[in-house]
Order: sequence, then structure tokens, then C-alpha cells
Amino acid sequence: MKRREFLKGTAAVAGTATIASPAISQTPTELTFYYPVAVGGPITKLVDTLAAEFEKENAGIKVKPVYAGTYQETLVKLITAHKSGGAPALSVVLSTDMFTLIDDDVIVAFDDFVKTDDDKKWLQSFFPAFMENSQTGGKTWGAPFQRSTVVLYWNKELFKETGLDPEKAPASWAEQLAFAEKLTKVDASGTATQWGVQVPSTGFPYWLFQGFSTQAGAILMNQEGNRTFFDKPEVIEALTYWVDLSRKHKVHPPGIVEWGTTPKDFFEKKVAMMWTTTGNLTNVRNNAKFPFGVAMLPAGKRRGSPTGGGNFHISSKAPKEQQEAAFRFARWCTMPERAAQWCVDTGYVAVRKDAFDTPVLKKYVSDFPAAAVARDQLEFAVAELSTHENQRVTKALNDGLQAALTGTKTPVQAMKDSQAEAERILVRYR
Amino acid sequence: MRRLTATIHGWLLLLPAMAFLALFTHWPAIGTLIDSFYSTPRPRRPSAFMGLGNYREIFDDPIFWQALTNNLWFAVGTIPVSIGLAMLMALWVNNHIAGRTLVRMAFFTPTVLPMIAVANIWLFFYTPQYGLLAQFLGLFGSFSQNWLGSKDTALLCVTIVAVWKEAGFFMIFYLAALQQISPSLGEAAALEGASRWYFFRRVQFPLLMPTTLFVLVNAVINAFRTVDHIVVMTRGGPDNATSLLLFRIYELGFGFWDTGLASAMTVILLLGLGLVALAQYTFLEKRVHYR
Repeated sequence: MKRREFLKGTAAVAGTATIASPAISQTPTELTFYYPVAVGGPITKLVDTLAAEFEKENAGIKVKPVYAGTYQETLVKLITAHKSGGAPALSVVLSTDMFTLIDDDVIVAFDDFVKTDDDKKWLQSFFPAFMENSQTGGKTWGAPFQRSTVVLYWNKELFKETGLDPEKAPASWAEQLAFAEKLTKVDASGTATQWGVQVPSTGFPYWLFQGFSTQAGAILMNQEGNRTFFDKPEVIEALTYWVDLSRKHKVHPPGIVEWGTTPKDFFEKKVAMMWTTTGNLTNVRNNAKFPFGVAMLPAGKRRGSPTGGGNFHISSKAPKEQQEAAFRFARWCTMPERAAQWCVDTGYVAVRKDAFDTPVLKKYVSDFPAAAVARDQLEFAVAELSTHENQRVTKALNDGLQAALTGTKTPVQAMKDSQAEAERILVRYR
Repeated sequence: MRRLTATIHGWLLLLPAMAFLALFTHWPAIGTLIDSFYSTPRPRRPSAFMGLGNYREIFDDPIFWQALTNNLWFAVGTIPVSIGLAMLMALWVNNHIAGRTLVRMAFFTPTVLPMIAVANIWLFFYTPQYGLLAQFLGLFGSFSQNWLGSKDTALLCVTIVAVWKEAGFFMIFYLAALQQISPSLGEAAALEGASRWYFFRRVQFPLLMPTTLFVLVNAVINAFRTVDHIVVMTRGGPDNATSLLLFRIYELGFGFWDTGLASAMTVILLLGLGLVALAQYTFLEKRVHYR
């Protein structure tokens, strides 16, 4: 891009001959910014608007947002670009890839750019639950941007038809099962036409599973990211509960449930309750043709959900002035008003508490109380599973979960195997 | 002197193609071979020579063996079926039937579509409860199956998608070959009172053999090369039930950034395919031509 502009400039100079080149002396800093799209809605348009507004207020910086695919693809593009020397100064990738990015020296900590008191205040403004996946070894490596948690959506119409109180979501594991049993409808031949509850298990089953495991009172990994606890009794108890929903109680679709079509199943009334990200809130609001409710996940021994979603990261290889620009843009995007607007537009949780005091979000929450559920659940939220060699370790867990859900392994065996594999990978990081 | 200029001319004409081939095929292949003997470089741990260490690790990895088994079943499922279907379709649209162009186009459409689009369409077909397949089977009484979400059916499902995508492509080659067969052969057979089946078995099929060899080589390569739909439909799941060799290589290389292991596995795949191609050309080619 730069070179093309340079060429264009040269051509212009050659053409007019007499004009000197004042443009060169004040070339704006160009900031390339990779971002993924993981939920429904016009995200690319929203990001372009953010960039344009930022440029208006910051004359010296040109922001070039690049849509880079899914989270996984964005990470691949970021690391490939880093290895070949052309890394974008700023990128949004999963907060859980922090250790991977640090191990490969792809990113720099935000602390180096925090200078003024305002900066310091900014760094402290985020919800603590979101910072758990953004900090390690006393440094902050990511700034929360599009963050989410898992919540339960329920179809009030189906609740009413079944004779359940349409305003009351299940509050405990026992209630969730009891409600789901009532909500599951079976036709004459014994085939279910409507399921009680559905928890998707393709792609990243570990994330939804972390809801169950946290509720069972388990923590899956240590803060250093070099040890996992997949075979602890609480974890096995959590998996057994999930597996039993489908295999024993038959109130949950069998086998592996597709993440992408879960909201659609909900819209089609094929399932009465679903677990999915708060990032789908706006999607559900626009597409559900029936009254629906949003609730915190039911409690086991306690309430619980993992946080999820993406952080801003600054690349280590970008030139200094681009890094500074990246820092300013990240800070600007997470100011209370902008965080509030982003929450309204997408359904992601506003990443800081004071965003909920802005007029925009106050009005939104009073019109649509469901939007506050995710915020209130943050109190019970834990860090998303994140370790060194994160992709490999989460795959070890995912394989185990899928094996148990499809019935090829018992929960005990599945978690033992996952733990053994994770142990093999992580032992060299201690 | 003259011969020398001719040689130089020849080499000069070859040079552009050779340069590109070397740059984009041979050099990466050699680079991969070299990388496969080294550990993956990390910022705090530079790459080190480890001989056959990567290979040993792959042979110890149960997912490799599963991917290999899956891939063999995938090949067994796609190759004969797509070739058979292609031949059948070609024979059909080679006849003078009403709406021939339309049928030809219909058969060829899957080939034109990008695999990613195809996979998304099929994702909808396989969706439980309200997907096309579920609705269709619903007509014959209730029947509920989570096609892609069960370890028993997932591999079969992705195999069917590959067949659907490939058969139309191979049909084009058969159609071209059928049209090369002289009509006088058909007339002679008709005069002799040969049945249609007999004519196909003794005349058309043997004359199609060179095409079959070509298609076979392609089908084998595709069976180890087509993974786009895996990425879209199952990401190798459930529990690696649809993980194919190339998908596993992508996962190792670009998911885990373990370039050493990914290189070693690429070399294994390359060697395997090379051997198969060699066998096809040396053993089959001798029997291919109609004498």
C-alpha cells in the first residue's frame, strides 16, 4: 500500500514537474488493524465507522481496518504476517491466545505505552473478570474489546405452552433438567420434535463446557497457564451432567450440536432453551419471532460462566509510531461512550463498568433489560481456558468432550485422556 | 554448432516454466524435507537438528493413525463411486435425449461451485430436524439423525459431499472421450445385433480406459487433497472422526504452529502419493491401451 502511494506520488510529481512534495513531510501514520467477525450483524460496517470517526479526531493517523475472517483465521494471518515481517500494528484476536502470542514474541505489553494518569485510569477501568485473560506475569498484554460470556436464552412462548412460568428461567441444574424434561416434545414414533435445552459442541466445546465446570466448582487451569486439572472429580461431574442431558434424560439433542445453527434452531422453535454467547443478543433480538428471555446460566454448586471474546493486541514488530497510534486507537475505542455504543450495536458486553452509566446504555438497558444480564453475570465469571500452546491444549480437551458427548468414551475416561495429553504438552513449560 | 544453438533454444524455451516450477513446487518440497528433520523454532528455543525425531513423534500420535484410516476410507468411498457415477452420467448425456444440454449443465454445476459454498449448502442439508435431508426423510415417517454430529455417520457424510462435487468434473472427460469414439463402431455393433450392455462392455469401456487412468490418478490425488469442506462442516470432529491427513497437517502447521511436525507429515503424504502415482503409471498404463 505504502509503495503504491509512493509510486502514485512520484507519478504526480513527474506529471506536474514544478510542484514540490509537501505531502511527504507530513505523511500520516498508517495503522493497519486486523479484526475478526464471530457473531451476526453488520460488524464490518461498524468497524469502518469507528475508524472514520477516530480519523476525524486524530488527524495524524490513518486507520486501515482489515477484516481477517474468523478468530482462528485472524490469528493465523497475524502470526504469518509476523513471521514474514509485515505484521499489522493492531489486531483483535481471542484473549486466550495471549500465551501463544507471548511465547512467539508477537505482541508487546500495553504497560510500555501507559504514561499519563489518564492512561493509567484507562487501564484500570475494565471489569476485573475480563482482565484475567489479559494479564500475566504482572503485565497487561491485551485490552478488552469485544468480550462476552455464555448466557441462557429461553423461549417464553414455549414455556407458557408447557405450563411453566414464562418469566422464570431455571436457576439451578436440577431446575434446568426439570424444565427441559417438560419442554421436550416427542411424537408418536418416539422422535423428539422439540428439545428442552441445547448446548452447542462444535468448534470450541471447551468454552461452553467451562460453564458447567465452573458451576460444579472446578477451575480448569492455573494462572501461569502451565497446568490443567481436567481429571478432577468436579470436572467429571460437570461433564457427566452435560452428557446425561442427552444420553440419559433425552432432553438435549444427541451427538455434537453445531454452534452456528444453534440460534437458528432456537428461532425455529426446535429448542426451548439454548446456551450461547451474549454476542448473539442483537441477532436473537432481531430474528426471534416470539418473546424470549435472557438469564444467567443455572447454578450447580455456584453460578458460573467463562468470559470469552477478543482483545486488542499491539504487534512487537510494528514501528514505534505505529505502535503508539495503535495504543491510541485501542484506548479511544474503549472509552465509556464508545464501549456503550459497541455494546448496543453488537450485543457484546461493554468492557467497563462506567459504560453502563452513559445515557446511551442506560436507555438501552431500561428498554431491554436482557442486556444487563451479561454484566451482572460477570461477578461469577472466570477466565476462559488459556495455557501455553493454547490451541493444542484446548484441542486435547475438545476431543475428550466430543468423545464423551458422542458416547465413544465415558466421561471419566475422556477426561483422563485429555488430562494426560495436556500434561504431555505442558510439562516443558514448568 | 547448429545443434548447440538448438539445445540452447530448447533450454531457453523451457526456462520460464522451469523457473516457476522450481520456485513454487520443487524448492518448497525440498525445503519441507529439510525442515522435517529439525525441531520447530521458537523465540527462546532455536531450531535444532533432531534426525527422525519428528517422524517418530508422528508415528506415536494416535490422531495421525486415525487421520490415515479416515483418509483411506474417504478414498475408498470417493474414488470408485465418483468414477462410476461419472461414467454413467456421461453415457446418459451422450445419448440423444430431450433436454440434453440442461441435464449436462445440471451434472456439471457442482463442479463450478466453490467447495466452501458447496460445504455450506450441504451443512444445511444435514442439519438435524429441519435440514433438507431431515425434511425429506420426515415424509417417510419420523426419523431423527444428527448426521454430522455422530461419529458413525460424519465421515460418510463428508464423503458423499466429495463425490457429489467430483463426479460432474470427471463426467466431462468421459463425455469428451465418448464423442471421440467413431459412430461406425456403434453402427457395426447394431448390425451384428449386439446388446447395449455388450457394446458398452466390449467396445466403449475398453476404449475409455486411457481416460479412466487419467481420471483415476486425479481422483486419488483429490482424495488426499480435498479438505475445504472438512474445515467448513466439521473441523475434523467429532473427536477426529473426520480428520483427514491434509487437515491434520493444516492443524499442526497453522493451528499449533509446529512447523517441524507439519513438515514431516507433509513428507509422509508426498511419499505416499508419489508411490501411488508411480504404481498407477507403471502397472496400469501397460494394460490401458486397447489392442
